[in-house]
Amino acid sequence: MTSELSTIIKVETLRKEFGGVVAVNNLDLSFTKGHVSSLIGPNGAGKTTVFNLITGFLPPTSGKILLNGKDLTGKKPHKISALGIGRTFQNVQVFPAMSVLENVMVGRHLRSRCGMVVSCLLPQALRPEEKRIRESALSCLNAVGLAEYADRQAGSMPLGSQRMLEIARGLALEPAVLFLDEPASGLNARETVGMGELIGKIKAMGITVILVEHDMELVMDISDKVAVVNFGSLIAEGTPKEIQANPEVINAYLGA
Amino acid sequence: MNVKDYYGIGFLAAIVAALPFMVANDYYLGILIFTALNCLTCIGLCLLLGYAGQISMGHSAFLAIGAYSSALFTTKLGWNPWAAMGAGMAISMVVAVLVGLPTLKLKGHYLAMATLGFASIVHVVCVAAVDITGGPSGVSNIPRLSLFGFELNTDTRIFYFCWTMVILGLYLAVNLIHSRVGRGLQAIHGSEDAASSLGVNITVDKIKIFVLSAAFASLSGSLYAHYVLYIDPGPFDVMHSVLLITMVAVGGIHSIWGAITGATLLSLLPEGLSFLSEGLAKFNIQYKTDYDTLVYGGILLVIMLFMPEGLFDGLRRSTAMVFRLNGEKGQGK
Repeated sequence: MTSELSTIIKVETLRKEFGGVVAVNNLDLSFTKGHVSSLIGPNGAGKTTVFNLITGFLPPTSGKILLNGKDLTGKKPHKISALGIGRTFQNVQVFPAMSVLENVMVGRHLRSRCGMVVSCLLPQALRPEEKRIRESALSCLNAVGLAEYADRQAGSMPLGSQRMLEIARGLALEPAVLFLDEPASGLNARETVGMGELIGKIKAMGITVILVEHDMELVMDISDKVAVVNFGSLIAEGTPKEIQANPEVINAYLGA
Repeated sequence: MNVKDYYGIGFLAAIVAALPFMVANDYYLGILIFTALNCLTCIGLCLLLGYAGQISMGHSAFLAIGAYSSALFTTKLGWNPWAAMGAGMAISMVVAVLVGLPTLKLKGHYLAMATLGFASIVHVVCVAAVDITGGPSGVSNIPRLSLFGFELNTDTRIFYFCWTMVILGLYLAVNLIHSRVGRGLQAIHGSEDAASSLGVNITVDKIKIFVLSAAFASLSGSLYAHYVLYIDPGPFDVMHSVLLITMVAVGGIHSIWGAITGATLLSLLPEGLSFLSEGLAKFNIQYKTDYDTLVYGGILLVIMLFMPEGLFDGLRRSTAMVFRLNGEKGQGK
């Protein structure tokens, strides 16, 4: 490997047990900066658990998670997002009662500072900051193509748009790494193509993208690297071409 | 959005300014003062319940802490009423942190459970700690408030003061809602997971809003004590917390204006029912006060069935519809 390909996220002997079930079994995994990497595997292989461990939603049983060499293990989700990791959810979690724009404005939470007392008493003092928040939220909506729906209630948007909205919200965080949990699930063919284009665009912004996805066409199309897990262990890793030719993967997941 | 809310506040202020000239009777003015106190509590409760999505059954207890602090610090220790009011708010806020800290860390409605127990305890203490609180016979001779040398000794003055507090409270709440902090709270309501993935510290923010909400209730309790000048544990039982939640829910939990609408409606409803009974008596129909609960329940049921988003939203939609219909008629000509 050349020196330009540096590792951004590294997972060392990561393990998660739920009672007697081992969901993630001493997994070693690393993700390259600037790449689109995919995590694939059969249902129940532990992919989402890996996401939840890295983003702090679950505490690991043992093992280590490093972001640029910095230990993330055991940190709370809001601390981890502050360190530059954004994510979306497998079952979309937009804030349904808020407008599309307000959803994305929440994504600017860490990039603004005003506390409760100032917010209550000095609304004039907030104007410049509010304006900045609104503008950058709008540009994130533009990036995913939802700007014209800014004032719509988020809960009333179709699923595909809600997935896009979640990504816009994640982009507003200005993360170094964005985790997408099944971004194409529930999307029709046309929307899936749009999602692939969007992921390419995010990569072009310099953001490392890591996704879990079942749509193999999409995965093989957009990924620089693919990692295959089964029963919580890594069974193969490589470029989409290598993975498609790997007999073990075909046996476990892709099918002949 | 923000501008609309400011117009709303201006509109309310205009109504409030005019009301004492239209309501000459001290009895009705008194009811409108109680309405203001309920509005004040409901503004705080709405921020907690409607925006942050956390249920508190303990607001009767914060009212009690405010009222008893005002009553006891002034009558037993001879404090200035304003100092007693401030002390009450400080105590309420500290207590809110203590109750909120263990429960708001958890997901789910643990706050509702904890505050239910807390409200019962506070009520029992008010009744049973006879040496301090006077027990069921309460505390009397609570001094009035005075402002810049003006004693708040007429219902009109108290009316203006309490409603000024409501308007100030609304101003704070509206500013909060449209700020970064307010959006964080609404995000917590929508999805705690998503909110924390965006950097919202959900535990701390939930505690903060619970504390603010407790301060509103405590202030309302203090104002109550300095208005009626005599308090006993009666009004501060857990059922009062339920009534407060009902006010917010009937008005519409997603909007601070809903809280105002609901609090006003349910504060005035008993009076409306006594009008009804007088009216029916003219037609020789006997209306017993026992029916109150029935009518009350019926009204709530109808509102919740036909206006699930609350009365405020329901009224807004129906007015919008009337305007639209009129517009179409106009075009037809």
